Amino acid sequence: MIELSHYLAVSAILFTIGVFGIFLNRRNVIIILMSIELILLAVNINFVAFSVYLHNVLGQIMAMFVLTVAAAEAAVGLAILVTFFRNRGDIEVDDASMMKG
Amino acid sequence: MLMQIAFYVMAAITCLSGVAVITQRNPVHSVLFLILAFFSAAGLFVLMGAEFLAMLLVVVYVGAVAVLFLFVVMMLDVDFNKLRQGFTNYLPVGVVVGLALLGEMILISVKVAGNGAAAAATPQAFTAAESNIKTIGHVLYTDYAYLFEGAGFVLLVAMVGAIVLTLRHRPNVKRQDIFKQVTRRRKDAVDVISVKSGEGIQE
Repeated sequence: MIELSHYLAVSAILFTIGVFGIFLNRRNVIIILMSIELILLAVNINFVAFSVYLHNVLGQIMAMFVLTVAAAEAAVGLAILVTFFRNRGDIEVDDASMMKG
Repeated sequence: MLMQIAFYVMAAITCLSGVAVITQRNPVHSVLFLILAFFSAAGLFVLMGAEFLAMLLVVVYVGAVAVLFLFVVMMLDVDFNKLRQGFTNYLPVGVVVGLALLGEMILISVKVAGNGAAAAATPQAFTAAESNIKTIGHVLYTDYAYLFEGAGFVLLVAMVGAIVLTLRHRPNVKRQDIFKQVTRRRKDAVDVISVKSGEGIQE
């Protein structure tokens, strides 16, 4: 039988890849959004693994909510990206200072 | 034995396609590797016995989110090579942070998995009498009904937000105005003029 720590290790690796992707692709906001999706996938794997090994279905329900939020985040993020591209003609986020923040 | 093989193959595919997502030169390839990562993660879910979540992952991510990403990537006319400048600038600090994060998380997860109640338990998210989806349904529609409604509301707000953000009214484009159409009366549109024969209408 596969142990819980194996799943947790996969999830940890995936999470790290996601964080690393944000560092690596500072300028490309599309890849940053995909990295966030990877991070949320890692979180989901963690939730489901604990849910299964602790015999509690709550973890899977939480994973469903994470999935919901991830889908909403992707939709709004891409909409913002499209608007940003329309206004700037580029998607470089390094010097995105239109809002003077 | 077969389960171990399946686990290692799918875990390896998940991690490698995750790496490919962040290192690919072409974002379309990145999205395709993201789809592969989600597929193999769904395989891991099936392996754990969470079939419903696995199918949900395939439907929601591969069917909706990945297609959305593909659509946006293909629609935006961006010079992606320019965006890759400075790719290696952040590499050292990224590697340091990533390795630290990974080490900490693996340490903690090994500790938790070794000590906790999960150490000896056999993986089974549901009783043998009820399927996974039935168990989830029982809990989701009773104890977490309000949270479920809240999730639906989040999706609604996201949908409205995305539409509001991307909708644009361009000037000089003819659009249908239903109010104008419906409130149009006969006297605004039609004029009866008696015309003398042989003269025609000047105007």
